[in-house]
Amino acid sequence: MDVFVQQLINGLTLGSIYGLIAIGYTMVFGIIGMVNFAHGDVFMVSCFIALIAFLLLTTWLGISSIILAFLVVLVVAMALTALWGWAIERVAYRPLRGSFRLAPLISAIGVSIFLSNFVQVVQGARNKSMPPVLSGGVTLFERDGYAVFLSYKQCLIMGVTAVLLTGFWYLVQRTPFGRAQRACEQDRKMAALLGIDVDRTISLTFVLGAALAAVAGVLYVMYYGVVSFSDGFVPGVKAFTAAVLGGIGSLPGAVLGGLIIGLIETFWSAYFSIEYKDVAAFSILAIVLIFMPSGILGRPEVEKV
Amino acid sequence: MARPDTDALPASLMGGILRDAALYALVAFGLCVPLVAYRMDPGPGSDLVLVPRWGLVAILCAVTFGLRLLQRLLLLRRDARRALAPSPAQATEAVGAEPDAGQKVSKVGLWVFVAVAASLPILATLATGDLGSARYWIDLGILILTYVMLGWGLNIVVGLAGLLDLGYVAFYAVGAYSYALLSTTFGLSFWVCLPLAGLFAGLWGMLLGFPVLRLRGDYLAIVTLAFGEIIRLVLINWTDVTGGSAGISSIPRATFFGIPFSADEDGFAARFGLDYDSMHRVVFLYYLILVLALITNFVTLRLRRLPIGRAWEALREDEIACRSLGIDTTATKLTAFALGAAFGGIAGSFFAVRQGFISPESFTFLESAIILAIVVLGGMGSQFGVAIAAVAMVAGPEMLRNLGGLKAVFGEGFDPSEYRLLLFGLAMVAMMVWRPRGLISVRMPSVTLGERRAISGAHVSEGHG
Amino acid sequence: MAAPVLTVDHLTMRFGGLTAVSDLSFSAKAGDITALIGPNGAGKTTVFNCITGFYKPTEGMLTLTHADGSAHLLERLPNHAVNRTARVARTFQNIRLFPGMTVLENLLVAQHKTLMRASGYTVLGLLGFKGFRNAEKAAIEKARGWLSRIDLLSRADEPAGALPYGAQRRLEIARAMCTDPVLLCLDEPAAGLNPRESAELNTLLRHIRDHEGTSVLLIEHDMSVVMEISDHIVVLDYGKKIADGTPEEIRTNPSVIAAYLGVEDEEVEAVEAEVGLSLPHEGAPA
Repeated sequence: MDVFVQQLINGLTLGSIYGLIAIGYTMVFGIIGMVNFAHGDVFMVSCFIALIAFLLLTTWLGISSIILAFLVVLVVAMALTALWGWAIERVAYRPLRGSFRLAPLISAIGVSIFLSNFVQVVQGARNKSMPPVLSGGVTLFERDGYAVFLSYKQCLIMGVTAVLLTGFWYLVQRTPFGRAQRACEQDRKMAALLGIDVDRTISLTFVLGAALAAVAGVLYVMYYGVVSFSDGFVPGVKAFTAAVLGGIGSLPGAVLGGLIIGLIETFWSAYFSIEYKDVAAFSILAIVLIFMPSGILGRPEVEKV
Repeated sequence: MARPDTDALPASLMGGILRDAALYALVAFGLCVPLVAYRMDPGPGSDLVLVPRWGLVAILCAVTFGLRLLQRLLLLRRDARRALAPSPAQATEAVGAEPDAGQKVSKVGLWVFVAVAASLPILATLATGDLGSARYWIDLGILILTYVMLGWGLNIVVGLAGLLDLGYVAFYAVGAYSYALLSTTFGLSFWVCLPLAGLFAGLWGMLLGFPVLRLRGDYLAIVTLAFGEIIRLVLINWTDVTGGSAGISSIPRATFFGIPFSADEDGFAARFGLDYDSMHRVVFLYYLILVLALITNFVTLRLRRLPIGRAWEALREDEIACRSLGIDTTATKLTAFALGAAFGGIAGSFFAVRQGFISPESFTFLESAIILAIVVLGGMGSQFGVAIAAVAMVAGPEMLRNLGGLKAVFGEGFDPSEYRLLLFGLAMVAMMVWRPRGLISVRMPSVTLGERRAISGAHVSEGHG
Repeated sequence: MAAPVLTVDHLTMRFGGLTAVSDLSFSAKAGDITALIGPNGAGKTTVFNCITGFYKPTEGMLTLTHADGSAHLLERLPNHAVNRTARVARTFQNIRLFPGMTVLENLLVAQHKTLMRASGYTVLGLLGFKGFRNAEKAAIEKARGWLSRIDLLSRADEPAGALPYGAQRRLEIARAMCTDPVLLCLDEPAAGLNPRESAELNTLLRHIRDHEGTSVLLIEHDMSVVMEISDHIVVLDYGKKIADGTPEEIRTNPSVIAAYLGVEDEEVEAVEAEVGLSLPHEGAPA
């Protein structure tokens, strides 16, 4: 029971991170129907930006307040990663709109390979580790010598995720941008005819997706304290799995899927074998796609004849 | 309208272009900060030290500025020219002109390719002086031909049947491990294992293909990717059988149909009255992969003219129409998947016999991406295009290694081969933007009443997956 | 009296909460051209998709009877088997040719079953056996026959996607006919055709009925086509059958008129008066 609660906490933490990345997949898929294969690497880039920004703040500017540093890093990482998202869409995807259907996917694979190797070239292949921050936490309860521990980091991760998701939800549901975005999802041509700037809406979707991935990146670096140039692929696939599991195109689905994937991963590692945890993730992806391709909260698709 | 001579550009236009280029430079600056501007190096202790590199950022921004300026000016000239003399080709760009050229190239091209490939060891020997020094070129040839074969194998799945397979490397791995395990544990010879490896890979293709083939487009791609990764992770973790990350070593070498390439009297050289030369095996391997690749090509070309091949292409064009015509789409997809997998498996067992050592390292997603890029760059469905793309994709990065001279420009620490994958990723994007349908986008009809004429890529669908 | 080639019994199709077709029963006689008409959204295409195996009906039975008396339950067959074993062929509302393949190739794909068998499921064909080459020649001859009938022989080697709209419609019908169907289902074959092409279509359909031994079931909005060539008409509205009969009966059926003019049942009498009809409600369902 105690192990269970501890894994529940760990799983929800991890799941928050996956959920944040998954939103980027789900929004892009919703609006232009492509699997943005490079999204995992955008997340990885944001980890590096966050790490550098953090080092700059603490060692050069000597900011001692961790919370202040965290907020600054968050804003900087979101802004710069959003710029990456914008630039990638502009260079690699926009010229392909209306081109043959596989082109964006292949282009995205190219971007993914480019990004991870770009980071490798400019930052070196070795793992980068971050000095530990915000250590400590509270022991929730203790029984038979096993303490269920909730670290401050985990609190922060879940808290930040909750706050940002609320804000994001408001953005999509209540603002003109959100309306335009949802309209483009339903019918891009019609939206354009009604005066919505489709290109701009798509750009903004990428920007938002990247910004949320950056939040995930900041939290990820802080939580694990280490990142490498190849860290985009596996979290990317897991977040994509989350998006598909939740029902691709559905925002609450992405978050729900992220939490489920996070939980499955931690429980799998705790109760079965840690070696096969990625196999588990990939298997879930395959199984979900094969047996319930519309996910938990997605709309079922009727084949149009 | 601007006049074609840029010297007389109106100031406002030039100003606009400059502003645009400056904007690009600004974006480049934003992207470089802080990723390029500060390099994290391990410092004393476990902490990271930031090494500022603002000079590099400045160079990158300047290069972006320059390139954008150049591009805008060139576009301006072209637009101005077009505006003055509208060409009839412009209106029918998608359909006109191009096919004829592509048609001629692909007709002759395949034969030229085969001729060059067949004579490469001789040419290389002549060019470098002796067989030993030609080794580099022959090895490179083997590498290229392996990818040509993989490309042709995947072309059946992606190019003909229109099924996007992102996990093709799994079958390559199945083939390689089948040979490695069969030969090291049961002592089976390469010639027995070769077809077996193809068979196993084909069976795996069916096994994995069966549940996924009713998925559409991108989903199929992602599931095949997942399967590819699962197979690789199992290879890494199932240490008892596969040797884990350490892989399998001392895999028996290829023999000349039973005669080993060794220096003793039973060896190939002694039997055929030649002086022993370790190059004999290399040349033999070269011709072996050439023959295997050509078999793949021959079978594919043959199948294209059979009902099954036409059904594959029909499937790529419109799956629903196929079903309405009584074609069992699942079975048809499965044959394409299994056949492509079988060729991948055969290539895999060749890889194992050539290397003598295999490990999961060789079967990453990147390999699948490279093979797919070869098929797409080649022009889906075009055999010659795939061959050319394989040469470009494999030999191109290889050429980077030879650019050691650049060290003089960029300093001693510069290693051009580090940029191999970076450029590869960029090339993938660039080619999608520039020629999404590949180098040779025309399709030759499988049967005609009259003269055989190519079909423009504009009509050909790319499949639903 | 000819036996029915297709019998639809109590067909119901629901999508979630929406009932697209509700308790529909009708039959199409062998050797007839039967038309399925009705206003937009009446559920005609859904009926088609059920008959041709693209949808599995929620309820109901679809029986196809061959000339030899063998019966096939269409709702139980897998999608492709509806064509392969029950021999029902169809065309689509938004033409579905293989645009990148030539006209001739399109017709050869349709003969897949025969050619596959002749090629020994690829093995014999791969080895270049003579039997396959003969079979392929025969298939090409058959295609040639259809091409000259639909006046596309000179364009046999062009990609199907490059044909003008009307020719694509004709090709799709010829392609469906190349599968040797017992029943040919046409989804709005006259849509987008000009009057001349429309007339040619009528000739083609009559030829198929009279000389190929294939019964035809068609959905059509163009009343000039429907009234001219149909032997039997079934009218759908809101997923229900509202009338069933010969063109003459349908032409004068008040429910049909009401459905097409979009008036309430109570106003039917008023409409009849306007149109100048005073026929009893014979064709209308109880």
